[in-house]
Amino acid sequence: MATNHDPDLPAPHDEHRRNFLKQSSLLTALALVPSAVVEAAESKLDERVAEAIEKIPLSLKINGKKHKLKVEPRTTLLDLLREDLHLTGTKKGCDYGQCGACTVHVDGLRVNSCLSFAVMHDGQEITTIEGLASGDDLHPMQEAFVKHDGFQCGYCTPGQIMSAVACVREGHAGSEAEIREYMSGNICRCGAYANIVAAIQDVKSGGKKV
Amino acid sequence: MDIEPTFSKTNPTAGVVGQPMSRVDGWAKVTGRATYSAEYSGLPGLVHAVLKTSDVAHGRVQSIDVSAAQRAPGVLAIFTHQNLPKLAKTPNSPDDRKAFVSSPMGFFPMESDQIFYAGQPVAVVVADTLERAQYAASLLKVSIVPEATISSYLDPKAQLYTPKTVKGMPGVTKRGDAQEAFAGAPVQLTATYTHATIHHNPMEPGATTAHWEGPNRLTVYDSTQGVSETQKTLAAMLGLATEQVRVVCKFIGGGFGCKAWVWPHTTLAALVAKAVGRPVKLVLTRPQQFTSMGHREEQAQTLRLGATREGKLLALIHDKSSTTSPWDDYAETNTRITNMLYALPAFEGTYHLAHANVMTSTATRAPGDMPGAFALESSMDDLAYQLGLDPIQIRLLNYADKDPSNGHPWSSKSLKQCYQRGAELFGWNQRNPKNGQTRAGKTLVGWGMATASYPVHNSQGNARVRLYADGHAVVQAGATDLGTGTYTVMTQVAADSLGLPPENIRFELGDTDLPSTQWSGGSTAAGRVSSSVYLAAQDVWQRLIKVAVQDNKSPLYRAKIEDVMVVKGQLLFRTDPDTGEAFGEVMKRAGMSDIEGSALGRYGSSYEAPRAAANADPNKKDHASEHSMHAFGAHFCEVHVDPELGTVRVTKWVSVIAGGRILNPKTARSQVMGGSIFGIGAALMETTERDPHLARYTNADLAGYHIPVNADIPDMTVEFIDEHDPYVNAMGVKGIGEISIVGTSAAVANAVFHATGRRLRSLPMTPDKVLAAMREPV
Repeated sequence: MATNHDPDLPAPHDEHRRNFLKQSSLLTALALVPSAVVEAAESKLDERVAEAIEKIPLSLKINGKKHKLKVEPRTTLLDLLREDLHLTGTKKGCDYGQCGACTVHVDGLRVNSCLSFAVMHDGQEITTIEGLASGDDLHPMQEAFVKHDGFQCGYCTPGQIMSAVACVREGHAGSEAEIREYMSGNICRCGAYANIVAAIQDVKSGGKKV
Repeated sequence: MDIEPTFSKTNPTAGVVGQPMSRVDGWAKVTGRATYSAEYSGLPGLVHAVLKTSDVAHGRVQSIDVSAAQRAPGVLAIFTHQNLPKLAKTPNSPDDRKAFVSSPMGFFPMESDQIFYAGQPVAVVVADTLERAQYAASLLKVSIVPEATISSYLDPKAQLYTPKTVKGMPGVTKRGDAQEAFAGAPVQLTATYTHATIHHNPMEPGATTAHWEGPNRLTVYDSTQGVSETQKTLAAMLGLATEQVRVVCKFIGGGFGCKAWVWPHTTLAALVAKAVGRPVKLVLTRPQQFTSMGHREEQAQTLRLGATREGKLLALIHDKSSTTSPWDDYAETNTRITNMLYALPAFEGTYHLAHANVMTSTATRAPGDMPGAFALESSMDDLAYQLGLDPIQIRLLNYADKDPSNGHPWSSKSLKQCYQRGAELFGWNQRNPKNGQTRAGKTLVGWGMATASYPVHNSQGNARVRLYADGHAVVQAGATDLGTGTYTVMTQVAADSLGLPPENIRFELGDTDLPSTQWSGGSTAAGRVSSSVYLAAQDVWQRLIKVAVQDNKSPLYRAKIEDVMVVKGQLLFRTDPDTGEAFGEVMKRAGMSDIEGSALGRYGSSYEAPRAAANADPNKKDHASEHSMHAFGAHFCEVHVDPELGTVRVTKWVSVIAGGRILNPKTARSQVMGGSIFGIGAALMETTERDPHLARYTNADLAGYHIPVNADIPDMTVEFIDEHDPYVNAMGVKGIGEISIVGTSAAVANAVFHATGRRLRSLPMTPDKVLAAMREPV
């Protein structure tokens, strides 16, 4: 395969990757005999090779805690949070930046974590829904969402709350119409919109630090 | 023993039922601690499965080249139709299919090389990380020999037929001679209404985590509306005993009907998990969601309405044409509501289906009633306009005092109150009777309304109550909470039944290890589960009374059981309510740390025990099944239509619902708003476009498929009519999840008609259609 490059594969631009693929193909030659493959995977040979070649060091501060990580460059911030760090409060609704369920704060700004690669955030500070409350004390926005029933199934809720906090901090919660506009990147299929607006207005006028 | 009415209608402050309590699962949901089916990350050795699906809608798989994918790092296994482990039973066999509790589709993919619809799974890749599984799936080279496709019932190649039955209802329903009555009617209206394909699109896509804990021991974390149905169906398909499969769903990110069934991806996850010997997580991508869990079928309805010159209905002939899959005679049962909503002497309803290359459509919020109401309620609006009557007046003129479809009396019906209260809240009496007369700046303003109704379906299920002597209780039922508030309202019911504060109750659901109950679907869960919980608490009462009357230290010693009543966690003498003792006292003296009770709760016409109902007259002997059971309501809508852009904005909304006892007005209000928004979406923007040549969706994501966002929706007013129904179940609950959408699209269309003088009969009413209508003469 080194000479006849498979067009579906990325160009084998360096020897390391080619060697890696060769080695990997040995391991997975028995792909349709699962028990043997699982055994090979258990030995973590793949993992050790990939670790050296495919992963990039990354420092992140997530919810106040420093993380020294090695991640594949193709790993999105969302998948890093959910799959690797088990911070599953941040939700995957569409993976295309179309629904807002994955909204987190990066250095204080709201972003769709599915649309950004983890390695783009080296040295940055990430806040997820898990980092919003201080201990058992809910953030005022979390409290307001419970009080005003700003959710039903709860799946879009972490994204809504992260967006809502940013909406107030950005100064975009001046009126009902403004809130509706600046919260329209977060879809709620259960239809809690009116209650979300009420929660944000309550927090905005409540005087607590947001 | 007579049952004391804990849930006093006359003293609503007696307990927490009927109070706007905040959700008990709110903390978990706002902190990100609520665990959904793809979030059981701690399972040892968890690996990821990714589906590869067909781009072709009809054909045969010629080859799948797995060589590149096999070499990709981290890949554990690749399954195609050639090596997928065999199922014990598949829906592909009609005999097998009968064994399934939940079988939404007469087809299971990857059993052969045949491709019947675009998006059909052709391979499953399992790898150690999600990225590696996705990458390996992208390396699969699938070669399919295409065959001619049929894209929908509108395809020139499609052949319409009338099925014997649809969803258990006859393909043709006749009551009286509707054809003759229509032919002789002085006023005749004929109109055809068309509907786009709609997808449920819950925010959480379908997700399954399958964990084989032993060769015959499977635990599945599945995003499902019914853990029990999923358990039984998976067991049958995998050749296991029911007990060998455990299904868990503690939190589900919305369902709306699409998660009410066991779809192929769930079974595939279980199959491949067994083959690789690891727990496997399979999550649908958003585009895959459009081709994996059903949809509301595209359809056309022709209504022929005959009436007197005064506006009394004489006949309705209702024809529905729609697309079904290659294997099933599936259609939403639109004629259910058109046959019962108004006093109508003659009715004829016929279904016409055409097989096409698309998966089987499925229950979508108020299946049948939602589109049926759009057609009927638009036609009623036309009739009112034609005769110069107010839209409410024409509905009152045809008010059904009993169910015209079967002649039964209603178990309860408060529709007139819904009209009246809705009109008050909306300010309906200010309505200009003429169309196209009201402007706000450049925009045309219109008001519309429509009737809502949804039946009370039969269902039943169990619950268990364990009361501890310290005044805390664990209450369990294997139900699900779709965001409907099940956790919360059951906590309220248990609290009042046991005379405890709600914070002393832990209500558990979403696990087949708990007492089995049916799914959350068809608006059945609130009534069924609350009745089960209430009756299980009554079982605890009965047991405690027996202990107390045999205890010589109890003030109730040697009392006759029928002389003891229960009030707020106390056993009291009926004739001397100052004498008695608390549940805990009885238990402590008897050395009981806890006591358990359980019960089967019935809902709908199978509910035959009015004496067990808290709110029933125990001397009344009539039976539930002699009644027709429906919730009723009315929606009112204001729109602003921009005549130059064709845009329609909903600017005001009022819903008034009579749904029996409302367990929690806070969560109920949210649910009704949500249903209305679902209907506004269908009215104005939601459509999945299937390419007429390739039978493939062209907009299968949330940028192409428009769901209402916050800026699309105004503040909404929701109220409930205080309604007392002794027949539907022990708690008198009818359910509100579905009725909240019924009639909503018609309310919007009627408002557009009022604003513009143009009747739009094709959903969604997108700007292009509105502009085209504006160009037509009034």
